[in-house]
Amino acid sequence: MEKRIHKLLLQWTLISAMLFVVAACRDDKELLMPETEDVDDITESRDLAGFYLLNEGNMGSNKATLDYFDFASGQYTRNIYAEANQTVVQELGDVGNDLNIYGSRLYAVINCSNFVEVMDVHTARHIGTIEVPNCRYMAFSGRYAYLTSYAGPVLISTDYKQIGYVAKIDTATLQVVATCNVGFQPDGIAVDADGGKIYVANSGGYMVPNYENTVSVIDIETFTEERRIEVVNNLHRLCIDSHKQLWVSSRGDYFEQPSRLYCVDLQTESLCDSVDVAVGSFWLDGDSLYVCSNEFSYETYDNTASYAIVDVKHHTVVTRNFITDGTDERIQVPYGICVNPLTKDIFVTDARNYVSPGVLYCFDKYGKKKWSVSTGDIPAHFALHYK
Amino acid sequence: MPVYSIDVAENEQDTIFERSIDEFRVVAMRQRELVAPQRLSGQTLRQMNALSVADAVRYFAGVQIKDYGGVGGLKTVDVRSMGSNHLGVFYDGLQIGNAQNGTVDLGKFSLENVEEVAVYNGQKSDIFQPAKDFGTSGSVYLQTRRPNFSGDKRINASAKVSCGSFDLRNGSLLLETKITDNISYSANAEYTDASGKYKFRYRKRFTDARGNTIVAWDTTGVRQNGEIDALRLENSIFGSSDGAVWHLKAYYYKSARGLPRAIVRNVWTSSQRQYDRDFFVQGSLQKDFDEAISTKLNAKYSYDYMHYINPDTTLMYVDNTFRQYAVYASTANRLAVSDIFDIAFSADFERNWLKSDMANFALPKRTTLLAALAANLALGNVALQASLLGNFINDAASAKERKTENKTRKLTPAIFVKYTPTEDKKLSFSAFCKRMFRMPTFNDLYYTDIGNISLRPEYTTQFDLGVNELITRGAMQISLAADAYYIKVSDKILAVPKGNSQYRWMMMNIGKVDIRGAEARVGCKLPYVSCQLNYTYQRAHDVTDPTDNGQRGTYNGQISYIPEHSGSALVSATWHDWALNYSFIYVGERYHVSANIAENYEPSWYTNDLSLHKHLILNKILKFDLSFEVNNILDQQYDVVLNYPMPGRNYKGSVRISY
Repeated sequence: MEKRIHKLLLQWTLISAMLFVVAACRDDKELLMPETEDVDDITESRDLAGFYLLNEGNMGSNKATLDYFDFASGQYTRNIYAEANQTVVQELGDVGNDLNIYGSRLYAVINCSNFVEVMDVHTARHIGTIEVPNCRYMAFSGRYAYLTSYAGPVLISTDYKQIGYVAKIDTATLQVVATCNVGFQPDGIAVDADGGKIYVANSGGYMVPNYENTVSVIDIETFTEERRIEVVNNLHRLCIDSHKQLWVSSRGDYFEQPSRLYCVDLQTESLCDSVDVAVGSFWLDGDSLYVCSNEFSYETYDNTASYAIVDVKHHTVVTRNFITDGTDERIQVPYGICVNPLTKDIFVTDARNYVSPGVLYCFDKYGKKKWSVSTGDIPAHFALHYK
Repeated sequence: MPVYSIDVAENEQDTIFERSIDEFRVVAMRQRELVAPQRLSGQTLRQMNALSVADAVRYFAGVQIKDYGGVGGLKTVDVRSMGSNHLGVFYDGLQIGNAQNGTVDLGKFSLENVEEVAVYNGQKSDIFQPAKDFGTSGSVYLQTRRPNFSGDKRINASAKVSCGSFDLRNGSLLLETKITDNISYSANAEYTDASGKYKFRYRKRFTDARGNTIVAWDTTGVRQNGEIDALRLENSIFGSSDGAVWHLKAYYYKSARGLPRAIVRNVWTSSQRQYDRDFFVQGSLQKDFDEAISTKLNAKYSYDYMHYINPDTTLMYVDNTFRQYAVYASTANRLAVSDIFDIAFSADFERNWLKSDMANFALPKRTTLLAALAANLALGNVALQASLLGNFINDAASAKERKTENKTRKLTPAIFVKYTPTEDKKLSFSAFCKRMFRMPTFNDLYYTDIGNISLRPEYTTQFDLGVNELITRGAMQISLAADAYYIKVSDKILAVPKGNSQYRWMMMNIGKVDIRGAEARVGCKLPYVSCQLNYTYQRAHDVTDPTDNGQRGTYNGQISYIPEHSGSALVSATWHDWALNYSFIYVGERYHVSANIAENYEPSWYTNDLSLHKHLILNKILKFDLSFEVNNILDQQYDVVLNYPMPGRNYKGSVRISY
């Protein structure tokens, strides 16, 4: 008996010593390398090379990543930033919020990391950063970039109120050269170069239930806020079409007032119409505004997905579901949208449960699924890459 | 304590470790449990390199801790992967509730005044207990120190001072007096103060085309905003007479702390703060009328104040206060029908309410009535125990002038069986199955914006088989235990996307988890050395969405932060007045979410801690205890929770003077 126990003890000591040794081989974390998938969809084009897709990554996870789809080879590559920038500490950062290409540079707005990552458009190599706290959306004109931020001055008042602003950035030096205060929690931004104006959608998202309901008009020349156009509560995205119209989306208040699309006439700078579609993301291609949404209502305690095309010339809804083959049943949370201007293929992302990999779907112009591919977490923002 | 029999065979785990007289008293107070829990008590607990209860429970098999780092960082505990909401925490027999978010931060509970920590799977397999004790899927019982006076002494007093890394300063005072032969009083105060600062290092590497390992980036920082300032006061009166024992306790905890944030690119500091004030008074009375009838009365009132502020100008400004109230009363009764058959009935009443200055706050109230019927049958070498708990819960809230009411009526059963084939009762087999649920918390239901009033309870169904063996040979004692279990979690309450932005979530009953696990525990005691080794294997699979079964999918993926393999070792050696302790924790590789892909991979971690203790008897009146500890000796850099770095090597020294 005693021998047995001694043997047992010896065995356990050995096992635990082994455990210790095994554990002592603890590795550093690996820098993740890109993964490429072939989707068998080749588009020949003289000037269109592909698109970048920014995955937001859930807040606090530091998992914003950049994917690329190459039209010529039909190859989809996940997570290209880390390999292209191996020495950048903590990779792309926390929560991507907007993606733009201007000139030869790719600009990724990283909201919770408080900066814009500036990269070479062909290689995604780091060029520099623009430090702006709580930065949201970006637009460009001439040599300047304009970036909205929630983190403006705190107002002296009985309640805590912090106004938003637009930062004017010299794209040559990546320095903020001027700021212009706007409304509370400004989101979407659009530049009308011909009219010499910048438009900013004020949301007031931190002030629930006292949302903001205006679009700020900034004069490019003087970089001061000229006036505000009253629209509706909780504004989000902006785009300008070729008919001198500004399209503005509202998130709604999640109770009585639904998410909806509004039209502002830029000649008169006044609200002229609205279209009854819910908007999460949109993409303007010619006179067609492609819209996807995952609207939540407290009335039903449910999300309602929609995939619409709006004719911006006639202010009509062409279709309320451009997906014709039933694939929409498989999409959990439609999140981002983009259209190939040549083929009119529609790209829709599914953010799924926000913490697992999302899915990118490609539909042909008839709304039939061509392919789908796994992305990073919360695939959201597209930028078309021209050669 | 002649009225309480000590059934050593029922508490075999205890015989492993050295027991002083006052520990015998603790055991004596305990009623018979069919299945012995995992316990840490007495000397082992006192000499552990642990500041809070959370640091101690990490050593139990089946327990996973979520630690956000440092002295003040949030520490929550999960038993057998069911989720921290399913774990009940009992302080001197009464449950510490948190109707607001359902989890108890065990980092807030000091080990200074705790004599024993025990973890039960399923429930404490005792029939004579409040209905609440039947109402969790797993539980941690904390037993505080009870006064014990040697000889003619009428006063015990001690003072302890510790300091160490993180600018930690900790001091405590204990005073115990004998008021009469049957009544004693105890007062205990503790103050903790720390900057919470520690160095951490993040590094990533990759392998190039030629197979060389290259460091991609390597950075160090100092953990910020982890400071804490905490005060704990406890007052207790213990009494006994005519076959009755009673105690009264008042507890007050006050803390101010910074909440360290996730370390993400470009943002390493935060300015969020939390202020807590927790207060409760509780009383317990147990009386044995004769051999056959016993009754137990418990009552408690608690008030928890929490103020959260986020003054960071780069984030949404938040400044909210929450006040949580609870009143509780319970009666438990036992009748020994015959020598082999006992029955018990208990009934509990509790009312919780929560107030806040948040906009559109729902002001929820919950009324809980629990009634439990239980029976114990001893048939030779087979013992059977069955309990049935009736849960009657009414919730009411009013938000935006809309009143909501919610009624939950559920019966939850549990069955325990134990078989001891040998006369000496040193070998035993046990099994249990239990179905239980946890209520959606006030935050799940009503938290402005994320709450969902249509939530249902979240269920667990547990099946467990265990074997225990106690081997004694001369002065050597070895205990071996193994368990295998299967648990199903259904209607799991998860945050899911809502609307068009990732900043919007809602709670839904959508999750399903399938857990298969095994645990092995070895304890041994030799004249100068004792040790405890634990190993846990857990396969906790996310079976929520069968369609998400691709290579990068979540279906059948190991759920977040649960390692397949984990283990711990506690070894202590004593020589005269010296004691040396070594403790080791191993947590295997894990994933942050149930998509088990490289992006979500987190490597394993382990820590090695050492401590040295010296007991000094200065004269007949004063005694000194000196200790010095080094934690994480190998200075390992690791995260328990993604982007929340843990401390590297750290030190602590302490001196206690006792009278």
